[in-house]
Amino acid sequence: MADTTPKSYFWKGLRDGTPFIFVAIPFGTLFGVFATEAGLNIIQTIAFSATVFAGAAQFTALQLLQDNTPTAIVLASALAVNLRVAMYSASLTPFLGSAPLWQRACAAYVTVDQSYACSIVQFEKDPKMTVPQRMAYFFGSVTPITPLWILATYLGAVLGTQIPDSWALDFALPITFLAMIGPMMRTLAHVVAALVAIIVALLVVAVPFNLGLLIAGAAGMIAGAQAELMFERRLEQRRS
Amino acid sequence: MTQIDATTLWIVIIGLAVGSFALRFTFIGLVGDRPMPPWLLRHLRYTAVAIIPALIAPLVVWPTATGGQPDVPRMAAAAVALSVGVITRNVIAAIFSGAATLYGLLYLLG
Repeated sequence: MADTTPKSYFWKGLRDGTPFIFVAIPFGTLFGVFATEAGLNIIQTIAFSATVFAGAAQFTALQLLQDNTPTAIVLASALAVNLRVAMYSASLTPFLGSAPLWQRACAAYVTVDQSYACSIVQFEKDPKMTVPQRMAYFFGSVTPITPLWILATYLGAVLGTQIPDSWALDFALPITFLAMIGPMMRTLAHVVAALVAIIVALLVVAVPFNLGLLIAGAAGMIAGAQAELMFERRLEQRRS
Repeated sequence: MTQIDATTLWIVIIGLAVGSFALRFTFIGLVGDRPMPPWLLRHLRYTAVAIIPALIAPLVVWPTATGGQPDVPRMAAAAVALSVGVITRNVIAAIFSGAATLYGLLYLLG
C-alpha cells in the first residue's frame, strides 16, 4: 500500500470490520426484544447495551435476573461469560501495549469479538505496522458496529415481539464468525488449535456459567502452542 | 417470570459495565509495553482460533432457537459458511452463502 498513514489504516479497518454489521444488527435487535419482554424500559435497555457492550454477557444477566437470581451471582455469571475479552486484551497487548494510556483505555472499551477477530488477523499478516497504524485500524474495525449495535438495540426495544421467529436472527452470529474463521487458518497449528477447541467445547457444554468456553479455549491455545513447537522442531531436524 | 426490580437492574448494569471494562483493561492497560515471556506469547497467538470456534460450536450443534435440537438448515449453513471462508478467504462471500443456505433450507424443509 502506497498510503500508510494511520488515517488510511483507519479506513482499511472500517472496511474490514463492515461485515460484522450482520452480527451487530440482528444480535442487538434480539437483545432489545428480549429486554423489552423482560420489562426493561427504553432507557434501561439502551444503557445496558451502550455501557456493557457485550452481547452474550447482557443476555446472561437478563436471563438470570428474570429467574430471581441473587445480584452477586448475576454479576459473577455474566462476567464469567465475558472472561474471553480478558484473553483478547492479553492477545492484543503485544501489538498495542506501547500506545498512550488514554488510547489503550478507549481500545479496552471497544474490545469485542468483532474488533479483536478482525484486528488480530491484520496485525499478524502485516507485522511491520506501527503502533499508531494498528490503533487506527483497531478503532476503524469497530466503528461500523458500535453505533449500529446501540441503534439495533433501540429498534428491537421499539419493535418488540413483532419480529417473526422465521427470520432466524439467532443464527447471524454463528454464520458471521464461521465466515471469519476460514481465513484465520494460516498454518497447521491454527487448524489443530481450532479442532481441539471445538471438540472440547462440545464435550464440556454442560459446565455451568459458560466456563466450558474458557476450558475449551485454553485447551485449543495449548494445543496450538504445542503443535507450533512440534512443527518447529521437525523443521530444524530436517535442516540439520 | 417476575418483574425485575429497578434498583437491582441498575446495580447489575453498572456492575457489569465496570466489570467488563476491568476485564478488557487489565492486560492492555496494566501490562502495556512490558515484555511478556515467549511461552505466553506462543499461547496468545492461538487465542482467536481457539476461543471463537469454541464459542460457535455449541450454537451450531444445539441451536437455542430450536430448543437445543440439532437442525439440518443450521448445520448446513454453518458448513457452507466455513467452507466458503476457507476456500475463498472472502468473509462477505462466506456470510452470504451461509445465510442463503439457511434461508433456502428453512424454506424448503419448513
